Amino acid sequence: MSMDAVFKALADPTRRQLLDRLQAQNGQTLASLCDGMQMSRQAVAKHLSQLEAANLVAVQWHGREKLHFLNPVPINEIAERWIGKYERHRVQALHDLKTKLEGNSDD
Amino acid sequence: MTEQFIYVTYIRTTPEKLWQALTDQTFVRQYWFGMTQECSWEKGAPWTLKFQDGKIADAGEVLEADPPRRLVLKWGHELIPELKQEGFSRCVMEIEANGELTKLTVTHSIDREGSKLIGSVSGGWPKILSSLKTLLETGAPLPVLASEATKMDEMRAKAAAH
Repeated sequence: MSMDAVFKALADPTRRQLLDRLQAQNGQTLASLCDGMQMSRQAVAKHLSQLEAANLVAVQWHGREKLHFLNPVPINEIAERWIGKYERHRVQALHDLKTKLEGNSDD
Repeated sequence: MTEQFIYVTYIRTTPEKLWQALTDQTFVRQYWFGMTQECSWEKGAPWTLKFQDGKIADAGEVLEADPPRRLVLKWGHELIPELKQEGFSRCVMEIEANGELTKLTVTHSIDREGSKLIGSVSGGWPKILSSLKTLLETGAPLPVLASEATKMDEMRAKAAAH
C-alpha cells in the first residue's frame, strides 16, 4: 500500500475520471462505470483494479454485484504529510478563492 | 435506497492493538478531534460520542462486538435537528490481519437517499483514520487542525441556536 502506487494511480486522466464518477455516485458496478466511457470494458476493469490496488477504490459484494466505492483515505494521508497545521487555513482559503473564480471546475 | 461510504486504511500494527485504539479512550481522545466515546463495548451496550465538555454529539448502541475483528454501532446524531431526524445510521468497523499490516474497513450507511448525516460524517472519517494510523505507527497523532476545531465550534454554535 505504497504512496508510489497512489501517485501512479492518480497520474492517469481516465482513472481520475473514474474517481470523479464515484464521487458523484458512490457504489457503482463495472457496467455502470463503463457507461459513457470511450473504451472497452476490459480497459475500464484494468483501471479499476489499479485504483483498488492503490486503495483508492474499495469494493463490496452485494449478492452477485461488485460495487466500487471511492476511498479518500490515501489522498488525505498525502495532504496530511505535506500540509502543516499552520498552513491549512491559508491553503483552504486559496482553494476556496480558486473554486469561486473558476466556477466549479476543480481540475 | 441505502447511502453509504466505505473507508479503508492499512496500518502497521496488530488487530489487538487496533481494537484497543478504537475502544480505549486514552487513544480515542488523541485522534478523534479531542472527542471521546463512552461505552462498555459489549453487545447491546449504549454508546455515546462526546465533546471535551461532556456534551453528547452522537449516540446509539453496540449491535455487534467481536474483539479484535468486528464492531457494529447503531449511530444517531443528537445536536443538529435536521441530522437527528434522519434517525439511526449503521457503522461497521472490520479488522483483518494483512501480512505485516492490519486492514481497517469502516462502512457507514443509512437507509435514506441524500442523507445529511452520512454527508456530515463522510468528511470526518478520512481525517480520523489518517490520524489513527499515524498514532499507531509513530506513537504521536496528527495535530488537531485549527480548521477542524473551528468547524467543531461552528457545529456547536449551530446546535445551540436551535
